[in-house]
Amino acid sequence: MAVTVKIPTQLRAATDGQGSASVEGSTVGEVLDALYDRYAELRSRIAEDGGLRRFVNVYVAGEDIRFLEGLDTPVSDGDEVTILPAVAGG
Amino acid sequence: MPPESLRCKECKTTYALDARYVCERCFGPLEVAYAPRSQVDPAALRRRVQAGPHSLWRYTDFLPVQTPRGTLAAGWTPLLRADRLAEQLGLRELWIKNDAANPTHSFKDRVVSVALARARELGFGTIACASTGNLANAVAAHAAAAGLESYVFIPSNLEEQKVLATGVYGTNLVRVRGNYDDVNRLCTELSAEHEWAFVNINMRPYYAEGSKTLAFETIEQLGFEMPDRVVCPIASGSLFTKIARGFEEWLEVGLVKGRVPTFNGAQATGCSPVASAFAAGQDFCRPVKPDTIAKSLAIGNPADGPYALDLARRTGGAIDAVSDEEIREGIRLLAQTTGIFTETAGGVTVAVLSKLAQRGDIDPDERVVAYITGDGLKTLDCVRGTFEACEIEPTLASFEAASERVPAVA
Repeated sequence: MAVTVKIPTQLRAATDGQGSASVEGSTVGEVLDALYDRYAELRSRIAEDGGLRRFVNVYVAGEDIRFLEGLDTPVSDGDEVTILPAVAGG
Repeated sequence: MPPESLRCKECKTTYALDARYVCERCFGPLEVAYAPRSQVDPAALRRRVQAGPHSLWRYTDFLPVQTPRGTLAAGWTPLLRADRLAEQLGLRELWIKNDAANPTHSFKDRVVSVALARARELGFGTIACASTGNLANAVAAHAAAAGLESYVFIPSNLEEQKVLATGVYGTNLVRVRGNYDDVNRLCTELSAEHEWAFVNINMRPYYAEGSKTLAFETIEQLGFEMPDRVVCPIASGSLFTKIARGFEEWLEVGLVKGRVPTFNGAQATGCSPVASAFAAGQDFCRPVKPDTIAKSLAIGNPADGPYALDLARRTGGAIDAVSDEEIREGIRLLAQTTGIFTETAGGVTVAVLSKLAQRGDIDPDERVVAYITGDGLKTLDCVRGTFEACEIEPTLASFEAASERVPAVA
């Protein structure tokens, strides 16, 4: 299933300047793994110990995955996964 | 002690002092790093501070701006000794830092002053924010005073008083159908699409520095002495952690002696991700969906949560949460013992202070400072229906009859 991942400006140095990518996967974890396969440097920037670094937010259709099933959150064809810094606001 | 760079709080990578807030290497938050202060003469520095204006710009030596400017003079708010409240709580020395006494009636005037001054230095013509209300007021007002365009994004269910007190300044006011965390996510995305200075996103490292001035003022107003304990509300955790940084910086340069106070954080039970993590012994916060009358603290995904947890633990403090009913009671208690009418965030702070006192956490000999960050006129709904007023004819007889029925009015 093809899912669009939106990549924040702060990570685009690791994605050849691309602001989005279409990858395959049935869960958020699979989608991110597919993204790391394409852009290896991304993994070291946002992933840690099999999960995500603590200042990384990931959303599926605008909802934080921590309110869903985390990296096991299912995604379907055409869904949009958004990666954003967690260090804004307040 | 000029600012030198932006530095990642996690991996220490440094960046130029421009409009950025995220480390590209590890995604951690950036903060302002200053040149070493070891050569500073504290006596000369103290004279310079004391000769400064009665606003936060007297602390420019500790702020990341070269040309401090802003016609709305934020800061230098009263520090009031609260003996009647102290007596009720069984404390001896209690001070209220009343930051409602700012141009737009909350501590947000401090952070916006710094962010806006830096935004102008960087050449921005438009400033913006994601806000729970107080920041909206401040951004709209300071932009108007500076003649800059502004965009203010708020949750659509915000208190009417905060909406009205923002729109009046002629800002572009955008009500977003969602909670604050939705607004914040949207603005994080927007900040990449527009050349705007979002004060609490791409300008956040500068913005956050403004909160240090609350610590500087506290020290000055205590006659260059430290408090033993502070009680402060937590939303994102930025104010809480930056007040500590302010105390640390003045200890470091020798402007004051002592140690960093014990830090007690205050949250509402209906939005208490940091208090919950503290209670559970965790060093990270699990986000929550806020449901509380304390809308100015309703951040379910607090950016500085991990640092707030660390601060409370290393100073021997705690982070507590109080119910909506306790918040209303806190507002009433402060009003009736000090004459200060605070908004719900202040109710949270006073309620947590009461809880600490009742629990015996505060030694009666401690000098305690509680931070009141906003004005009660912004959250009038919370006091509606909490007292009675009698209505009479304009005659003596009518008053005497009424005062017998309602003894409280006499």
